[in-house]
Amino acid sequence: MTPIYLFAAVLLLANAGVAAWRIWQGPTSADRMVAAELMTTTTVAVLLILSALVELPALVDVALLFALLAAVAMANFVTRTWTLLREDGQAREEARHD
Amino acid sequence: MTEWLEVVSHLLVVAGALFFVTGSLGFIRFPDVFTRLHALTKADNLGLGLLCSGLALQADGLAEAAKIMLIWLLVLLASGIGATLVASTAAACGIRPWQNRTGASREAQQEPQE
Amino acid sequence: MTALTLGFDLLLAAGLIWLGWQALFLTRRFAAVVHLMAFNLLMALVWVRLEAPDIALAEAAIGAGVTGALLLTALGRLPSGAATGSHPQRWHRYWRYPAVFAACIGAGWLAWGVQRLPRPGLAAEVTTELEATGVSHAVTAVLLNIRALDTLLEVAVMLGAVMLVWSLGPALRPFAPATALPGLPALSRLLHPLFLLVPTYLLWRGAHAPGGAFPAGAVLGAGGILLLLVERIGWMQQPRFKPLLRLLLVAGLALFLAVGLGGLLLTGTFLAIPQALAKPAILAVEVATALSIALMLMALYLYGEPGR
Repeated sequence: MTPIYLFAAVLLLANAGVAAWRIWQGPTSADRMVAAELMTTTTVAVLLILSALVELPALVDVALLFALLAAVAMANFVTRTWTLLREDGQAREEARHD
Repeated sequence: MTEWLEVVSHLLVVAGALFFVTGSLGFIRFPDVFTRLHALTKADNLGLGLLCSGLALQADGLAEAAKIMLIWLLVLLASGIGATLVASTAAACGIRPWQNRTGASREAQQEPQE
Repeated sequence: MTALTLGFDLLLAAGLIWLGWQALFLTRRFAAVVHLMAFNLLMALVWVRLEAPDIALAEAAIGAGVTGALLLTALGRLPSGAATGSHPQRWHRYWRYPAVFAACIGAGWLAWGVQRLPRPGLAAEVTTELEATGVSHAVTAVLLNIRALDTLLEVAVMLGAVMLVWSLGPALRPFAPATALPGLPALSRLLHPLFLLVPTYLLWRGAHAPGGAFPAGAVLGAGGILLLLVERIGWMQQPRFKPLLRLLLVAGLALFLAVGLGGLLLTGTFLAIPQALAKPAILAVEVATALSIALMLMALYLYGEPGR
């Protein structure tokens, strides 16, 4: 039973690698934020699998916290950091007119 | 009975991981933020749902299983509502959706890059 | 099986180094902040691999909620054009080499210190004392009874940080969002019961399993930040509620100090809690510090003194 779970965990971690690439690549701030959200989802999945693997029930609590707090970062981005997104939009408009 | 449960739970976990892989493929291939939101909110949340139900079948008790399903519900909420928030803010900030029409395609081709 | 475990650990370590490097050396500040948030996620996984679920819980509560929120909001207030920093190769031309040298010396010193740590640690001694502390979870026992002085000083440091931020100026008036966001109040309404339930659960669990006042306070604070975002907390900004706000901010530290002084009167040692009173005293201190920590994080998030 454990090799299947472990294999799934490694696969999910590779997905987190894709999210990290997208965070690095961008191109807009919204892309980076969505990639961070993907990373949260993947981490939650890995934590749940690990909790089944190593018999640590507290890991489900850690996953619960990540799932609960993911929304706070998203809400922050759209209400307080959107000014950067507008700068992205303007920079790309200018790049297109060149 | 327990053996069957175990097989079903393993199948669900593997299926969930495969949905995650398709979501990541979308993250690599899709051209702009609006399309990438689909990869996040559809493929990955379905993957997490399958994975959570697989693990909930193996959980120690009903409370533990309910907690695992609650996590899935929370992620659904966060990414569902978060996706609409990000998409409407991006649209309002002047990020244009990608269009693959012949007239617009040359401009749009440059969009995936910086 | 072992190869898979090794692969998992190697992937984790490589990801951690990559994210940490990018968070330090990217010139676009927003990208650096998002890398730091992703770094926190992987760091929690590393703590899990090191079998330290308590630290993973604290990392999740503080890293995913409050740190990201504080940094993102600060970024949104930067004047336009300040979103990009200078390339690291341009900072401190001559100080670079001494800095690398000092970092190597520091790493060597830490490695030497790790070699000299007592083995197998203090876990056995804590376990023998666990009976007398009033709780059955070793980490909570250490934090709130055996080394309560450290926790007391941590709360005092946080209060000092709030005072420092408030002394900088009046609270920031946030910009209106770019567009109407009807989803936001819905999100806050749906999540709010959980933002009250989960900290209570963590506090209750802290007595016998990973949990406790700091993660509970951090989660409650993150819920409060969500409320501040949808502007449902008017009272924090109003001058007539300011004495109440100050009282609540100090409450955790005050109760902690009172318990410590009570211990001094009853047993002759500061912060020594008599065994009969240990459980209720620790519970009261935990509830009060969790509430104070939550309010302190919200007060930090105002970026200045409210109602001025």
